[in-house]
Amino acid sequence: MALLQISEPGESTQPHQHKLAVGIDLGTTNSLVATVRSGEAATLTCKGGSHLLPSIVHYGDNGIIVGSKARELSVDDPHNTIVSVKRLMGRGVADVKGLGGVSPYEFVEGEGGMPYIHTRQGDRSPVEISAEILKVLAARGRDALGGELVGAVITVPAYFDEAQRQATKDAARLAGLNVLRLLNEPTAAAVAYGLDSQSEGVIAIYDLGGGTFDISILRLTRGVFEVLATGGDSALGGDDFDQVIAEWILQQSGIGGSSLNASQMRTLLQEACRAKEQLSDVEQVEVSFQGWAGSLDREQLAQLLDPLIKKTVRACKRVMRDAKLSVDEIQNVVMVGGSTRTLRVREKIAEWMGREPLIDIDPDRVVAIGAARQADVLAGNKSADEMLLLDVIPLSLGLETMGGLMEKVIHRNTTIPVARAQEFTTFKDGQTAMSVHVLQGERELVSDGRSLAKFNLQGIPPMAAGAARIRVTFQVDADGLLNVSATELTSGVESSVQVKPSYGLSDNQITTMLQDSYSHASEDRDARMLREQQVDADRLVDALQGALAVDAELLSDAERAEIDVEIEALEALKSGEDIRAIEAQVKRLAEASNEFAQRRMDRGIRKALAGHSIDEVEV
Amino acid sequence: MQEDYFELFGLPQSYEVSLQTLSERFRDLQRVVHPDRYAAADEREKRLSVQYAAEVNDAYQTLKDPVLRAIYLLHCRGVDAQMENNTVMDTAFLMQQMEWREALDEVHKCADPEAALDNLRRDIVEAMQSCQSGFAERWQSNGEQLKAAEDLVRKMQFIDKLIQQLDQFEEALFDD
Repeated sequence: MALLQISEPGESTQPHQHKLAVGIDLGTTNSLVATVRSGEAATLTCKGGSHLLPSIVHYGDNGIIVGSKARELSVDDPHNTIVSVKRLMGRGVADVKGLGGVSPYEFVEGEGGMPYIHTRQGDRSPVEISAEILKVLAARGRDALGGELVGAVITVPAYFDEAQRQATKDAARLAGLNVLRLLNEPTAAAVAYGLDSQSEGVIAIYDLGGGTFDISILRLTRGVFEVLATGGDSALGGDDFDQVIAEWILQQSGIGGSSLNASQMRTLLQEACRAKEQLSDVEQVEVSFQGWAGSLDREQLAQLLDPLIKKTVRACKRVMRDAKLSVDEIQNVVMVGGSTRTLRVREKIAEWMGREPLIDIDPDRVVAIGAARQADVLAGNKSADEMLLLDVIPLSLGLETMGGLMEKVIHRNTTIPVARAQEFTTFKDGQTAMSVHVLQGERELVSDGRSLAKFNLQGIPPMAAGAARIRVTFQVDADGLLNVSATELTSGVESSVQVKPSYGLSDNQITTMLQDSYSHASEDRDARMLREQQVDADRLVDALQGALAVDAELLSDAERAEIDVEIEALEALKSGEDIRAIEAQVKRLAEASNEFAQRRMDRGIRKALAGHSIDEVEV
Repeated sequence: MQEDYFELFGLPQSYEVSLQTLSERFRDLQRVVHPDRYAAADEREKRLSVQYAAEVNDAYQTLKDPVLRAIYLLHCRGVDAQMENNTVMDTAFLMQQMEWREALDEVHKCADPEAALDNLRRDIVEAMQSCQSGFAERWQSNGEQLKAAEDLVRKMQFIDKLIQQLDQFEEALFDD
């Protein structure tokens, strides 16, 4: 038996040590980072004192600039200054062209149809550009907290599909961040609001940002945030408001939009945005562009914006039906996102609700604050007993069947994590392979949905048509990311994919980019890999010893002895430098303790229900 | 992990379920098994937690929904109540169904389509409730009575689909 270890005073690595973790709101227009210190959640500022980091990246001759300095360059150097990159995440070249509006960028189609933007520093993918923003936020977090971060919770619009989520996670990996969880923005806002106000019951979060819209209905019960339904539009936001105002200016002034260059277009959009923002404070604003001058009042603005706002109200109605609730069952509507500052938006939502929405929280900061709260729990600083988030998938997932139809396997608004299987069979006699096409969306036709992945199940033993039994299993984890596997049941032939959506980066591409970003010396790389492996080993041993201290009686003496032997072996290896040996031993120990982990979880379940006996249940 | 959903939730096997108790137990269970509790754990424990949490979610969805719950209870009794396998329905029910569908098609011609839809919905929901109480009385029996319970589940599935169509119809009608 290993001797108990005592660490040097002041060098404690006990679980009670505060772990440094942040919440990041990676927005279309602005991004923020927040953390929890001494129980208080707050957004972190840059040296200049600003909380908001404009989500703008400039590729210059002498390096990359992110934030307000980049914004200053956006008119003079539009081709190399990327704004609203979030709108391009997880999209293909064709999607990007269909987004509407005039884009100043030169797109280059990359591998798998992913749009790269041509910049002075070469072609850059939306994932890489987002990673630049994340790097600045991560650095802000490290500086403020004074140490390495164990990880970050990064928020995404609830209505983001698989490809957009995966792209966000990839961007975080590129930025060197450990993603503790991808968290839906409205859920994050609900956490911040709910913990702050201590309210219970059903609330709606109306989240209209720069480029995305979400509506989520949640039930709050003693620290549990249960999402009942979510809906929205991942390509609708304040940017579109600016666009319609810009079009109005062109129309009024008689200036032809096609004659404008990228720099003039930026000026026009900035003028439109300024007018929109000022109309929240005054009745009428003066607008000018290229020598033309006119005025825009609230009534005219309402006319321009109403068709867009109506789209959000329609989504609200649908989500209420999905949640099987009526408007009067909602206790509060919380307004989140910069675009809810537009008065017309508030008016229209009040009209739909039949009462005033809640606007007394800072719509810019609430998402980052909620993410920081969740990061604090996931890093282990706060017990999950106090807070638990139960989220849903926003869009149905399914498979292509005969005739180009989509068969749904998991319906939208199903609570995650979720695993579901469906059985299929062969179409022809002697068929030995089957192509599996994974789709996302609500429509029946495959051509209307989003194609997520295609893979082949091969080696099916030849049988008569309809005799083979192929089970396809979908598993969605707590980040909302999908894994699909297929098995032929009579032969046991298996095939599985971690769904890597079209328009995404491959694992190899990410690894290469990461390696490029480290020092090129291979010793550095090896040292880093060794360190990562040692951290894994430490984590496993710590977790297991903690578990053994509490639940040792779940094991027989023989079982206990087996685990102890493997722990000792790992302890001996982990201070060495043999990466492979450590990795292999981590696996052995994990396997040896698998049954123990299951028994612990079963016991947890029994404990959770203890005190309720079957007959006390009243019906 | 227990196989039986009722056992998992610490509830007696019954068609009558208190939705409040069910949702309380659901939250209690998720507090124990949810992946958020295992964020700092090793990969294997994380996987196990995803598996358990998915199972708890599935059980909750099944027990919460009156139609899925009925199908599940029959499954526990060894009866597979898949609609596709046996679509023989009594004539009265088929006639009733046709009437409802006709009424749905006619709604937009009514002077007050909203009221017409509400009336139709009331009728359909009433029929659903009568199927449910009939099922509650019969599912534990054997022979003819069990067969009747099976029939009722198939009717519930039909009505459920009809209600979904009604929802879609309403969506199209009132989404201005």
